[in-house]
Amino acid sequence: MALSTLTVTLIVLGAIVLFIILLFNALIRLKNQIENSWAQIDVQLKRRADLIPNLVNSVKGYMKHEKGVLESVTKARTSFLNAGADMGKKAKSSDMLSNALKSLFAVSENYPKLQASQNFLQLQEEITGTENKISYARQHYNDMVMHFNTKLQTFPNNTIAGMLHFTKKQMFEAEASERKNIKVEF
Amino acid sequence: MIIAFDEVRNNKIKSVILISFFIILIGFFGAVLGLYYGSIYFGLIFSIIAGIIYTLLVFNAGSNMILSMSGAKPVTKQEYPHLYHTVEGLAVAAGLPKPKCYIIEDSALNAFATGKDPKHASITVTTGLLSKLKRQELEGVIGHEMSHIKNYDIRFMMLVTVLIGVVTFMSDFLLRSFLWGGHGRRRDSGSIGIILILIGIVLAILSPLIGYMIRAAISRKREFAADASGAVLTRYPPGLADALEKISGDPDPLVDKANKATAHLFISTPFRKKHGISHIFATHPPIHERIKRLRAM
Repeated sequence: MALSTLTVTLIVLGAIVLFIILLFNALIRLKNQIENSWAQIDVQLKRRADLIPNLVNSVKGYMKHEKGVLESVTKARTSFLNAGADMGKKAKSSDMLSNALKSLFAVSENYPKLQASQNFLQLQEEITGTENKISYARQHYNDMVMHFNTKLQTFPNNTIAGMLHFTKKQMFEAEASERKNIKVEF
Repeated sequence: MIIAFDEVRNNKIKSVILISFFIILIGFFGAVLGLYYGSIYFGLIFSIIAGIIYTLLVFNAGSNMILSMSGAKPVTKQEYPHLYHTVEGLAVAAGLPKPKCYIIEDSALNAFATGKDPKHASITVTTGLLSKLKRQELEGVIGHEMSHIKNYDIRFMMLVTVLIGVVTFMSDFLLRSFLWGGHGRRRDSGSIGIILILIGIVLAILSPLIGYMIRAAISRKREFAADASGAVLTRYPPGLADALEKISGDPDPLVDKANKATAHLFISTPFRKKHGISHIFATHPPIHERIKRLRAM
């Protein structure tokens, strides 16, 4: 009843090939999902950048004494537009823009006339909604990247993935204070 | 953190089991009725075909039935930008297509999600909820609903909602036939026939009860799970906890259009607390228990 060496070798080889195929497909699937969620972030970042000229125009008349705040918003937007495809630069300028907008909305509360403007309130809702979507898109993206990287780095996947030319993905880093992770137990 | 795919597979399998049970039960009811009125095969085949057609219908149009039963209306982004932004944001967080937005004109605080899969899903909130909750609280509620969508709870719950209704109706019909049915009655069905009819009566009485019990048990468990994974989506459990506190503190929990069939879909039970209501039929876990678990995260 002894299995011939050839049969054993074939079975082992077959198992290894199957494992590689499954791993390859799983990694490709994750990579595409990551690309898709990156596109989501990009869409929302662009949307926000597009809204800013409108916002600046609608508040300019009211906030005559807040030149500095308005300038920092415009500057942050310009540096975002110049960031190109570099993810690190994009993340940094995006955070800058978020902070600038935060202070703009904070000082806007000192201007009752502005608070009564329907146009401003609509823009504020639109921008706040987009800001939230950016942080959710980024959260989803980072979750997917972490999932991908873990799969890539654990044994025995790491040996094979290297041969298949998969490399670690970079997270879209958020400031540590933004939203902290929570632990969930079922 | 990515929601266990097991959860999704689980719900899909449970949906198939539920549908099979439903068709077998309907087939059995049909056979018993057929036996009673003369032709067992006609009853069996007719009811199974009707059951399959009905199931297909429910699978594709069940969520519309539920939405119109609850008096929910579709809304546009221009009317409710705030709701749209929240739903879009959490859909992005969950990596899902954006569900359709509906509202119920009601001052009560409540919400539910339905649909056959994440591509054909909708989220409904009451106008009371929109006006009384703060942004983070609304995000908590929408996050809860989004996780019902993500793990296919909505499919199973939709099927349960509509199929239990039919089982109740069928068993009612069966019992009525036995009680009042005079004409067409045939007594020559033999002892096996009588046993079958007796089993039919017992099943007819028990199946709606069992259905409601199963629904309640499953629904309670799902609420906890959706609270937890909703909190993972928003990364802010106090949001949902605060929302649930507001909901439980609301003096008028009643949603006018909610009924016994749709009760379990809502985030919080749409009925006034009744005294002596038996715990096994409660579709929602006690709200203070849910708040406690969220606060502990």
